[in-house]
Parts: sequence; structure tokens; C-alpha cells
Amino acid sequence: MNGHSPNSVSAARAGWLLIQRDLRLGMRRPGEWLQPLVFFFVVTTLFPLATDPQMSRLRDMAPGALWVAALLSSLLALEMLFREDGQDGTLEQLALSGLPLSWLLLSKSCVHWLLTGLPLVLAAPLVAMAFGAPYAAIPAILAALLLGSVALSLIGAVGAGLTLGLRRGGVLLALLVLPLAVPVLIFGAHATALAIALEPAAAPMYMLAAIVVLSATLAPLATAAAVRIGLE
Amino acid sequence: MIQWLAMGGYARFVWPCYLLTAAVIVLNIYLARRDFADALRSARRRPTAKGNEQ
Amino acid sequence: MIPWLSSLAAICGAAGLIGALGLAPPDYQQGEGYRIIFVHVPAAVLSTVAYAVMATAAGVGLIWRMNVAHAVAASCASIGAWFTALALVTGSLWGRPMWGTYWEWDPRLTSELVLLFLYLGYMGLRSAIDDTARADRASAVLALVGVINLPIIHYSVDWWNSLHQGHTLLKFGKASMPPSMLTPLLLMMLAFLLYFGAIVLTRARGAVLRRERQARWIGEIVGVTAP
Repeated sequence: MNGHSPNSVSAARAGWLLIQRDLRLGMRRPGEWLQPLVFFFVVTTLFPLATDPQMSRLRDMAPGALWVAALLSSLLALEMLFREDGQDGTLEQLALSGLPLSWLLLSKSCVHWLLTGLPLVLAAPLVAMAFGAPYAAIPAILAALLLGSVALSLIGAVGAGLTLGLRRGGVLLALLVLPLAVPVLIFGAHATALAIALEPAAAPMYMLAAIVVLSATLAPLATAAAVRIGLE
Repeated sequence: MIQWLAMGGYARFVWPCYLLTAAVIVLNIYLARRDFADALRSARRRPTAKGNEQ
Repeated sequence: MIPWLSSLAAICGAAGLIGALGLAPPDYQQGEGYRIIFVHVPAAVLSTVAYAVMATAAGVGLIWRMNVAHAVAASCASIGAWFTALALVTGSLWGRPMWGTYWEWDPRLTSELVLLFLYLGYMGLRSAIDDTARADRASAVLALVGVINLPIIHYSVDWWNSLHQGHTLLKFGKASMPPSMLTPLLLMMLAFLLYFGAIVLTRARGAVLRRERQARWIGEIVGVTAP
């Protein structure tokens, strides 16, 4: 690029370059990245269709529906995280580069969240209001889903790494990630329920934040280990 | 004796538990031993002419 | 080794059963129904111990690259899963008469259910990967990541209001259970753990046999002479 040998690129700069590259690649095929969002809308629509669409009942269902849909959508999105780079050998190059793989994979997860998680967060208020949530609940719902979606991206990356290149990897990915994602689901739904009831949701929010911090520090290490195992 | 079997009215909860536990225990003994026997059989089938390869 | 474990397990189990079903007095609150505790608690203990052993063996195998450790880890999975399911079912049958419900989404039950899913995921991952070495290492990473569930199971009764009672066994000082109930319970737990050891060793032997088929020492053990 500018005459530097690979060894002289710092980890921070490499991470930034990776983010730029992934963003550029992602923008080329927006359709792919929109699919999880569409899936999110479809799934949340299924709930009132399958059950009693009375507003009062919907309001009770809202936290569960919102979070189950978010979880399933992010599982769908996770398949895309390493698929391309795993197939064309980029992942191997990253692993061999001598730079900390966990950091590089964290950069990839960043972009992945921006393209798949963030849209969900932004769509959530719409869906929540369709389920009868009051306006005052929206900031809390946004915050909860922001934290939750980040956590799901980070935790899910571990599963994506473990199932790298496996046939029927998608189903297995869901099986592996779901148990690990249960705390996020529980606290996220609880926070949302409190918000809709217009009660303070601080306690579950703190737990969600703690989960995010924990996963941000530990999950990339596990993901890097998983990817290395999958590449051999 | 009958009273013992009836478990003070809770019989239909207590006895299934114990029977289920016994079943799981016996099943796993059977499965583990069969697994070992299979492994033994397939190990015997391969002649080990090669030296120590570890 | 295995026969020792098996016979000891059988003896403890027999003694425990006599205590559980015969000698222990009925509970003042739950009548005879509480006797489920003598299989439910040991099953639950086994389910978590099995996972701990599995994760430890997996970690050892991952760090020191020992085949045997991976074989042990793999051997723990199915028995762990069975007993997690058993703990859930016996707990459910206990819950129905005592607390009026077959299932509650309380923290301990939920995290035990998550444990079952972790076991199933572990076994699923292993079977999906053909290469034994990769299967070993990938499932080891999974087992280690899932370890975080164990303290959640254990401390969930402290952290949240739960259907489950608080700690009775690990409290120091005055125990909350009279000896006539405590003894059969401890005997059953010991019986289950010894049984677990016997099963895991049996399976591990088979697993090692399968992995090291080519080695000559295997041939000597199984009695095949070199052509």
C-alpha cells in the first residue's frame, strides 16, 4: 500500500484497515445485510398473527417477541461473519499475519454489528410501538437492545468460529450459541418488560452492560482460538 | 407395606422418579459396555504390524 | 479399577436406598414425597460434576495436547447429558405435588436446562467434525466457554429469589438436615459419583482404543500377534 512491510503495521492500524475493508465489501451487497432485518420484521409480525392481537396482550408479549426475534435474526446474520473470508483464504492470512487474531476478529465483529445489529436496534422502537409500548419506554428499549445486540454479536462470533466451514453449520451454530445467549435474552427481555411497564430498568441494564464488557474481553479470545482450530 | 408403596399419597411422583433413575443408570451401564466392546472388536480386527506410532 | 468403582458404587447405592426409602423419617412439611430428593439431588450434582470434569479434561487436552484427556472429556458428555435430563425430570415430578407446577422458569431450573443444551451442543459439534483432532479442540473450546454456566447454577439460589431452597449441604456449622436424612443423601451422592467414575473410565478406555489403533501396545493388550 505505501511501502511498509507487513511487520511494521501496528495492530491498531490493521484493525482500522480491516474495518474499512469490511465496510466497503459489505456496502457492495446491501441486500445480504438487509436480510436479517427483514427476518426480524417478519418474525415479530408472526407473534400477533399467531396469537391474540389485542393491544393489552401484545404489550405483554412485546419483550419476549422482540428479543426472540432479535436473537434469531442475529443467529441468521452470524453465518455471514466468517463465510466469505473463510472461503477465500483471507481468514488464514489474518491468522498468519502475526498480529493478534483476537483483535482482528473483534474488528470484523464491529463491522458485522454495524451492518446487522445496528439496524435491528433502530428498528426495535417501531416494532415495540406496534406492540403497544408507550413512547416513554423507547429510550430504555433502545439501550437494552443496543447492549444486547452487541453482546450477541460477540458471543455468536465464538459459535461462528467453531463451525467454520462445516456443512449444516448454520443449525449447529444456533445450537451452540443459544445456550450461551440465554443470559442476554433473560436480562434484555426483563429490562424491556420493565421499560414498557414504565418502571426503572436499571438493574437488568447493569447486568447487560456487565455481559457486554465480559464478552468484549473474553469472547474474541475464544473466537480466535476457535478460528485457528478451524483453519488447520 | 401397602402404606410404604403408597408413599403417603405421593406414590405417582416418587416411584416414577426412582424407576426412571434406575432405568437411566442401567441404560448407561449397558451403553458404556457396548461401546467398549465395539472398540475392542474393531481394535482386534486391525493387525498391528506397525511399531509404536504415537 | 473399574470393578472396584462399580462394586463400591453398588454398595453405597444399596445402603443409600435403604436409608432413603426405609429408614429416613417423613418430612414434617412434605410427607413422603420429599424422598425424591435422594435421587434428584445426586443426579443434579452428577450433572454439574460431569461438566466440570469434562471441561477440565478438555482444557488439559487443549493446553498440553494430550489425546487421553480429550478421550476422557468426550466420555463425560453423554452420561452428563443423561443425568442432567434426569435431574430436570425428577425435579419436575417433585415440583408438581410440592409447589403445584411441573416447571418454573426460575434461575436454577433454567440454568440446568441450559446445561443440557450445552451438553447437546458439545456432542453435536463433535459429531459434525470428521477430523478427530479438530473435533477435540473445537469441542474443548466450547466446553470451556460453557463453564461459566456452572457458577450460575450453583449460586443462582443465592442471587435470585428462587423456587429452590437455599444451600443446605455446604453450610458450615449446624447442618439444616437431620442425620437420618443427610446420611442416605450423602451415600446416594457418593454412589452416583463412583458410578460416574466407572462409566467414564469404561468409555474412555474404548475411546483410547479407537484413537491409538495403530500402536503396537494396543495390539499386545487386545491379544493380536503381529503377522
